[in-house]
Amino acid sequence: MADVNAKGVLTAPIFHNNPIALQILGICSALAVTTSMSVSLVMALAVIFVSSLSNLFVSLIRNHIPSSIRIIVQMTIIASLVIVVDQILKAYAYEMSKQLSVFVGLIITNCIVMGRAEGFAMSNTPGISFLDGIGNGLGYGFVLMVVGFVRELLGSGSVFGFTIFQTVQNGGWYVPNGLLLLPPSAFFIIGLLIWVMRSVNPEQVEDNEFKMKENTKPQEAV
Amino acid sequence: MAQGNNSIKKILIVAFSLCIVCSVIVSTAAVALRPMQQLNQELDRKTNILNVAKLYEPGMDVEKVFSEEITARVVDLDTGEYSDEFDPDTYDSFEAARDPASGRTLSGDQDIAGLSRVENFATVYLIGGEDDPEQIVLPIRGQGLWGLMRGFLAVEGDGNTIVSITYYEHSETPGLGAEVNNPRWQAQWEGKKIYDEEGDLSPEIHLTKGGASDEYEVDALSGATLTSNGVTNMLQFWLSEEAFGPYLAKFRSGTEPEDAEETDTNFEDVEGA
Repeated sequence: MADVNAKGVLTAPIFHNNPIALQILGICSALAVTTSMSVSLVMALAVIFVSSLSNLFVSLIRNHIPSSIRIIVQMTIIASLVIVVDQILKAYAYEMSKQLSVFVGLIITNCIVMGRAEGFAMSNTPGISFLDGIGNGLGYGFVLMVVGFVRELLGSGSVFGFTIFQTVQNGGWYVPNGLLLLPPSAFFIIGLLIWVMRSVNPEQVEDNEFKMKENTKPQEAV
Repeated sequence: MAQGNNSIKKILIVAFSLCIVCSVIVSTAAVALRPMQQLNQELDRKTNILNVAKLYEPGMDVEKVFSEEITARVVDLDTGEYSDEFDPDTYDSFEAARDPASGRTLSGDQDIAGLSRVENFATVYLIGGEDDPEQIVLPIRGQGLWGLMRGFLAVEGDGNTIVSITYYEHSETPGLGAEVNNPRWQAQWEGKKIYDEEGDLSPEIHLTKGGASDEYEVDALSGATLTSNGVTNMLQFWLSEEAFGPYLAKFRSGTEPEDAEETDTNFEDVEGA
């Protein structure tokens, strides 16, 4: 995590330091947009675009940003990029922008973008910051695609819109699980994903913050 | 960070120049992409109209087919006659409903679709000639479970037989209420009748639980009672005398609606129609 080289910042956020699975950032949009894989993919690309470019621009002017207004400066850069993404989607991927609706706008408040701008780009050179933005966007996108895959397959019986299980509504055999189409199901999937990732990498498991006290014996309580 | 960065002068310079640069970028993107976005919205609306009229095929030239097959007209909801007061290409009935000059407030018992305000004039889309249309596409909207649902209803030229229904904007629950756009459910609407033979303006069409038994009934969506109620209510409203009732009545009785003014305006000739 600590080594700042091009390969490290690109790949580490995908498995070893995943923004969603380890840092538990950006959960809200991960719940909202993962009902289908194509929507997840567009959202992931949008976040990669915003996080990489915001990191680049913040890093470029980092020596001139007064520390007292640095958060506002970062927010302004991020917000401008998000509006540009939103406008591009409305012009070139209208159907997709209808499905993503407000969630593109909410990238502004995505903690991953903000966190990387403040935590990485403010103290590193533009090139490496740009790659760090791409890496974290990829990490976010990876989780989105996994969650989107499970939700679309079990909730609608399809992958990327192609039917895998013929659902009952369309005359097939598969009774879709309605829960998986609703946002709370993403909590379960992300939870299971975190469990898997921490089983593979035991060093990600955090120490307990407190120790349970032993139960008092019945005789003592009387 | 250098010490000089936190002087008031530096803060103002940085904040001001950043705002200028960002606003230029944002407004450039907005202005440059606007024509493209409007084109998309238009295309989406036209695709939905063709879709509900069962003229849509994937990969077709929507603009071309739309201008060949479909004539848009503005209808006075009160009398059911065509009006030439507005240009159907630019008239926005949703905006008109909000304007006190071109809309009216609905009282509690009239407002079954939960609209609170309705426009006085609405755009209809005629397929197969203006005088004796094969199909009439009517815009409908009303409250579903989570919010406003907007869609189109296609009716045959007799003003009574339904062709299809589609929603282009809704926020119903995926897998339950959002099944309003499932083609299998939409297929049930074909051939259903809106009004009974008595000839009054109160629509009979409604959704029902446990299987449709006659031609005025359509199966409700399973697991989506409130969405189904919303669909029934908005059809009951838009096909009643408050909205398209008088207009459709002219097709049922065989007297076509006439132009309000005796002008030979052919909207197909208008550029970009």
